[in-house]
This record gives sequence, structure tokens and C-alpha cells, in this order.
Amino acid sequence: MATAITQPDAQPIERENYLNKHYGVWSWLLTTDHKRIALLYLMSITFFFFIGGFFALLIRLELLTPTGDLVQADTYNKLFTQHGQVMVFFFLIPSIPAVLGNFLVPMMVGAKDLAFPRINLLSWYLYIIGGIMMLHCMLTGGVDTGWTFYVPFSTAFSNTKVIEAGLAIFVVGFSSILTGLNFIVTIHRMRAPGMTWGRLPLFIWAHYATSVIQILGTPVIAITLVLVVAERALHLGIFDPKLGGDPLLFQHLFWFYSHPAVYIMILPSMGVVTEIIACFSRKRIFGYHFVALSSIAIAVFGFLVWAHHMFVAGISIYAALVFSILSYAVAVPSAVKVFNWTATLYKGSIHYDAPMLYAFGFLGLFTIGGLTGLFLACLGVDMHVHDTYFVIAHFHYIMVGGAVMGYLGGMHFWWPKISGKLYPEGWARLAALIVFIGFNLTFFPQFLLGYMGMPRRYFQYPAEFQVLNVLSTAGATVLGVGYLLPMIYFLWSMRYGKPAPDNPWNAAGLEWKTASPPPTFNFDEEPVVTWEAYNYDELDSEHKQEVPVVG
Amino acid sequence: MFDNFPLWPQRASTMAGNVDALYIFLIIVCGLMTLLVFTAVIYFAARYRYRQGVPAEQIEGSIPLEVTWSVIPLGVFMVIFLWGAVVFFQSRTPPRDATEVYVVAKQWMWKLEHAEGQREINELHVPVGRDVKLIMTSQDVIHSFFVPAFRMKQDVVPGRYTVAWFRATKPGTYHLFCTQYCGTQHSGMIGDVVVMEPAQYEAWMSGAPTGPLSAAGEKIFAELGCATCHRSDGTGRGPNLHGVFGKPVALEDGRTVTADENYLRECILTPGDKRVKGFQPIMPPFQGLVSEEQVNALVAYVKSLSPSTQPGAATTSAAVVAPQASGKASPKATEGSQGN
Repeated sequence: MATAITQPDAQPIERENYLNKHYGVWSWLLTTDHKRIALLYLMSITFFFFIGGFFALLIRLELLTPTGDLVQADTYNKLFTQHGQVMVFFFLIPSIPAVLGNFLVPMMVGAKDLAFPRINLLSWYLYIIGGIMMLHCMLTGGVDTGWTFYVPFSTAFSNTKVIEAGLAIFVVGFSSILTGLNFIVTIHRMRAPGMTWGRLPLFIWAHYATSVIQILGTPVIAITLVLVVAERALHLGIFDPKLGGDPLLFQHLFWFYSHPAVYIMILPSMGVVTEIIACFSRKRIFGYHFVALSSIAIAVFGFLVWAHHMFVAGISIYAALVFSILSYAVAVPSAVKVFNWTATLYKGSIHYDAPMLYAFGFLGLFTIGGLTGLFLACLGVDMHVHDTYFVIAHFHYIMVGGAVMGYLGGMHFWWPKISGKLYPEGWARLAALIVFIGFNLTFFPQFLLGYMGMPRRYFQYPAEFQVLNVLSTAGATVLGVGYLLPMIYFLWSMRYGKPAPDNPWNAAGLEWKTASPPPTFNFDEEPVVTWEAYNYDELDSEHKQEVPVVG
Repeated sequence: MFDNFPLWPQRASTMAGNVDALYIFLIIVCGLMTLLVFTAVIYFAARYRYRQGVPAEQIEGSIPLEVTWSVIPLGVFMVIFLWGAVVFFQSRTPPRDATEVYVVAKQWMWKLEHAEGQREINELHVPVGRDVKLIMTSQDVIHSFFVPAFRMKQDVVPGRYTVAWFRATKPGTYHLFCTQYCGTQHSGMIGDVVVMEPAQYEAWMSGAPTGPLSAAGEKIFAELGCATCHRSDGTGRGPNLHGVFGKPVALEDGRTVTADENYLRECILTPGDKRVKGFQPIMPPFQGLVSEEQVNALVAYVKSLSPSTQPGAATTSAAVVAPQASGKASPKATEGSQGN
């Protein structure tokens, strides 16, 4: 889209926008502007992403050799526990909804802000309080239960800060609930005139589905963690068999949230990728209604498959059969999405800008991640690969290959809108390539390790697994570079980047019809929608008439 | 065929081939699907790349296509599901007359007791070609018994028995891993499964005869005074235990359960929970008074009182009977097929 970017759109005097309207720390800390809150979230989750990434790097370095030599066993156990907790609860779950969703949901539906701006700010403060509790927990000894808090280890045997970690996640859960609540009300009540449900961008449908899971699922993990704390602190017999409890009850409750939580991470990413593919193919999305409804189907079926994490945990054969077949049911809407994205490319006019490279990366990695899920849902294979590196590889393909690719793609796509600046395209394409290569090198060997039988959460391992572990660690370093690059050039572009035009990609969507960066209330006058989503044919024909083709 | 392939685990049980076949089937099916998607994406991306003056062609969608690519994958998924279910069912259904080994896991070691009396730590010796059933429990946290060469894994849960079985096919020494994270030395909780030719195995068994586990159980039975009430002539204040194992038992509260290992275990530890119809609640709970090994010996003894019954009764797989008191904590979640 070089033609669009280079159009002479530089403004001599900066317009008033959400970034320059007010200055000073308090104008940020007390803001109720959804765009500023999105940036507060962006800074906070980036901070936690690099903490979690640092833990991951230490884990990979430890696994370079079969013997435990870099850190102590207990330290290693804390590293993988907190890598998981930080990445899941403090990065992935808030990532796209709280940053891109916060920024874009009101703009995409044509509203001035979210329905409850102050609750939106409250959600960020809850996140920060939870984050400080988590940091305090880490700095004063950490926790070693695994991010899954399995009982009775967590309630009766671990000597680490289980209660602190549990309460931190309890608190941060409310920030997630409030974000979901805000989105649902906003999408229902604050759409601009003419913005019918059938004209909503699919990003909005994805966030709607996500919000439903956040509201219905998160209270369950909150209650579960309170029960863990109660058993640990007050010796109430809930989960520990020695106190008359049932350890499998915990697993049911935990996965009742934590499986749908995977969809909290991936659905928004699917929404982002849908927007990107439509824009850079210059096409309406193939099968709009199927893509929209598949998001809802994933959210609904996602609640019915939790015990596929427990096939070898001691549930009955018949329960396992039911949860296996339901897991295949939830795979269908995901497959439908992949096929629709692919069909959207057909007869498109495809551009290879950085966001699209991330979307291609997402397609590839999500397909592999999704299909390896079929192996795990298959009872006969799961009893061999459960709790091995096969599982680690699978969910990283979904949650890092899928969710993070989508997140980065979205950050590039909307960065001109968010910051008002263009990022360096060449570097961005390079970073996308490095992330893709580094990711596959890190995680593909883990599928092989898993089938060979290497268990997860092993601090040391038999020597025959070493070669593949070395490959994985090498990949992790490449991946680390790939993740550092965007942070560097995004920061660089804020100061040195070229000013962004209002619609650098000539993209559909209301967010592109306002200034970059947008004014505080998003639109100078309330938009009235008279067109379908993804009206790229109209945009391209207008574009042809108005802007002479340059370069 | 895969025995010398460096990235493939050894195959040493009857189940390994079944799991591998299913796995290879999945690799082929998923490989084809991946190829299909990747080819289409790459072809479209190249074929329909931006060309000046060539606009995109707008396509609304296609309901026949949507139906096709929902129904065909669903059909393929159902084949995978069914095949997986069959393999799983086999591996969860211990054959009758399998040799029994009691497993007690604790942080961070495996204690194994053969029904014949041999005791081992972090090593399990088994003969080629014989079905071996593992009756497992944990003394502390959840562990998981995983032998990659057997393609067999089962969590070992405190407060109940879980069951697994295998039939080794090839002599050798294979990894035994704990795969449920259990604390500091989780990765040190590994051992060996030594598969021996039957003759060698017999020699090994006769190495240090300690008498069968059921005899040890009989001794404990006498020491704890169980025999006072559980009399074999049926005149005692407790139920006669002869011939009980594997049979349905009518409970005081109207339910009927099958007397499998988990039920016997519960009756010893918390006898009040599932009291047999017609008997007074006079038996004291032995929770905390007997070790896991003693419970195992007692269970083995009671089972030995029903020589002709089929061990098949205990083949209700992995711990379908909820542990004591869990009936209250989780009325539905963990309930198995036992009608408890």
C-alpha cells in the first residue's frame, strides 16, 4: 500500500487530539478516555510481557543441558509457574481486549467512549493492584505450584507464597470482568445510527464473544482461588482428601474457567486477523455471518469441553468420551474461520504490508496449533502425550503463535491511528519474519519431544532429549529478538516517525474515518452508517478518483 | 519400523502399536489439512497479489461451501474420535486375571508392591507377555505414572485408587516418569520398568521371597482386630468378607455399589460413608491409623477371600468411585459409573 502511505497528508499544525489535549501525569492517571486507558494498559502489559519473557528465557537456558545447572530445582519451578501466571493473567488475557479492544470498540461502533468510562479506569487500577501484588509475591519468594495451582500440592504441600499469588489473580480477574461488561453494554447500547449488528466489524463480534466468556467464566476462577486460599489458610476441607475434600473437584473448577480462558486469548486475535485480511485483500470477508456466528459458537462450546484436560486425571471413561466428542465440536467453528479467511484471499488484491505478514503468520501457526489440538482431544493419543512437551508446543502455537501474532499484527495495523505516526515498514516486515522463524524453531521441536515422552515441568531430563531442547532454546533467543524489535521501533516512531494520515491503509471501518490520532471524543460529529462492513469496493473506487497514484 | 528412528519412542507394550497407528493416522489427516490450507493461502497470496488496475472481486460468501467445510471436517473428527475412544477404552479396561502390582507414590519416589510380595522402589520388574494391572494411590500430592514405551499414563491421586494396565512385549529397561508436577524433585521422580523374559522373571521373583501381599494383609487383619466382627461364618457384627469382592453390595442408604478396590479402601478408612445394609455403624474409621501400604495389604487380603471372582469387577478404570466425602463436595463432577 505504498501508494496510500506516501500521499501528501502532512499537517502543518497538529490538530487537537486525545494525546495532546491535556498534559501531565494526572491527566493520564485520572483519565476516563478509553484511548488513554488503552495506552495505560499497553504500557502495563508490555512490562509484564517482558517479565514473563525473561522467565521463559531462563527456563530455556536451564533446559539447554540435561542436568540442572543454571538454577536450583525450586527456582526453576518458580520460573515456570510465574512465567505461566504472568503471561496468562497479566499479558494474554488483557492483551488485545484491554489495549486494542479498549481503543477500538467505541470507535468501531461509532461511540464517543465506552458505556462506563470510570469503570474502565477502575479496571485498569484493579489490574495494577493485582500486578503489584504479583510483583510483591515474586520479589518476596515467589510461588511454585505451576500456574494451574493443582491441589493438594498448592493447599497443603507448597512452602511458597500461594495465597499471595492466588489473591493477585483474584483481583486481576475483576479487571477482566469489568472490561467484558463494558464491551457488552457498549456494543448493545452505543452503536451509531445505521450500525446494525450485521454491519459490525467482525472484530466487534469477536470481542462480544470474548466478553461473554470473561463475564461468565472469570467469577468461577475467582471463587476457586478463594477456596484454595481458604483451604490453605483455614484448613477447610474442600479439595484435600486428608481433610475430606476432592482434588478432582479443583481440576473441574479450574478448567471450567481456564479452558474458556484460552478463547479469551484467541478470539480477539481472530477478530484482529479478520480486519487485517479484509483490508490487505481489499475484500469483504467471505461468509461474514459464518465468521461472526463461529465466534459465538466458540464461546458457547468453549464452556463444555473443560474436562479434556483431565482424561488421565481419574475421571470415568464415560465422562472422557463425552468431553472428547464435545472438544471436536468446538474445533469445527475454528476450522470454519480458517476456511473463510483463506477464501477471502481468493480473487483479492493482496498487499504484503507488515500487518498482513503477521496475519499470514497467524494463519499458519493457528492452523498447526488447532490441528494438534485434535491429537490431544483424541483419547487414545492423549493418554500418551498428556502432560508432555506435546501439550506445551500445542498451546504455545495457539497462545503465542495465534494470540500474540494477532496482537502484534493489530498493533502494527492500528499503530498509525493510536500514535499518529508511521512505523518503519522495512523493520516491521523483518520483525514479522524473525518472530515466525524463531517461533517455529522454539516450539516445533517440542512436539517431537512430547511424543518421545519428555514430561513437562522437568528441571532436568534424560540425555536423549537434549538435541531437540538445544534447538528449542536457540529458537527462543531468535524469538526474543523478534519481540524486542517492535518495541524499539514503535518507541522510535513516536518521536521520529512520519506523521500518519487519517487512513494510511485506506481501510474500512469507522475508526479510519476520524483523525490520527483521534480527538478525545473520537468523532467531530456523530457518524451515520449507510454501508456494509468491509466495503472495500467502494473505498477503492473512491480512492482511485481522489488520489492520483504515486510511486 | 520405528524402532531405530531416533525421534520415536521405543515400543514395548501391546498398546504402543495401537497408539502409534492412531497417531500416524492423525499425522496424515492433519498433515493433509495443513497442506490444503497452506497451499491455498500461498497460492492465493501469490496469484492474487496486488496488481495496479486489477481490483479485487467482491464475493459475498457461499452457503454450500460453508456447509461443506463444516460437515466434512466434522465427519473426519468423528472418525478420529471413535478410533481414539476404542484405543482408550482398551487401555482403560484391565483384562481379567492380570497380575496385580500396588503402587504407592510419594514425594519423590515410587513404591511398588507385587501381589506376590516383592517390594521395589523406583523400579518395576515385569515379565514379557503377561498382563499387569497397577492399583495406584498417592501418599501426598497428585503424581502421574507414565511409561512412554508403553504409551501408558495415569494420574495417581491421594485418597483413592486409580488403575492402569499394560502387557509388555519386549525385554528391556524403560523410563518411568512422573508427569504430574509434584514439587521440588518432580523431575527426579523417575524410575525404570525392567521387562524380563519369563524365566529370568521367575528367577528374580524367587530372589527374596517375602510371602504374598495378601498374607501380610491377613496378619494386619488379625492385629487390628478386624476378625472379631468380620467373621467368616456370617455371625459377626460386620459383614462376612468371603466372596464379597467384585459383587454388588446393597448399602444402608438404598444405593448399590460394586465392591471394587476403591470401595474396600473406603470401607477401611471411612466405614460410615457407604455402610452395608443391615449393619450398625460401629466400625471405627481407620483414616490416619494405617499406612497406604497397610491398606493395600488389607485390600489384597480381602480380595484373596474371593478367589473365584473375576478381577474384572475392578476394571472400572481410573477411579470411578469418588473418594470418601467427595460425594458431598462434588455430587456430579467425579461420579463414575458405579452408581454411588
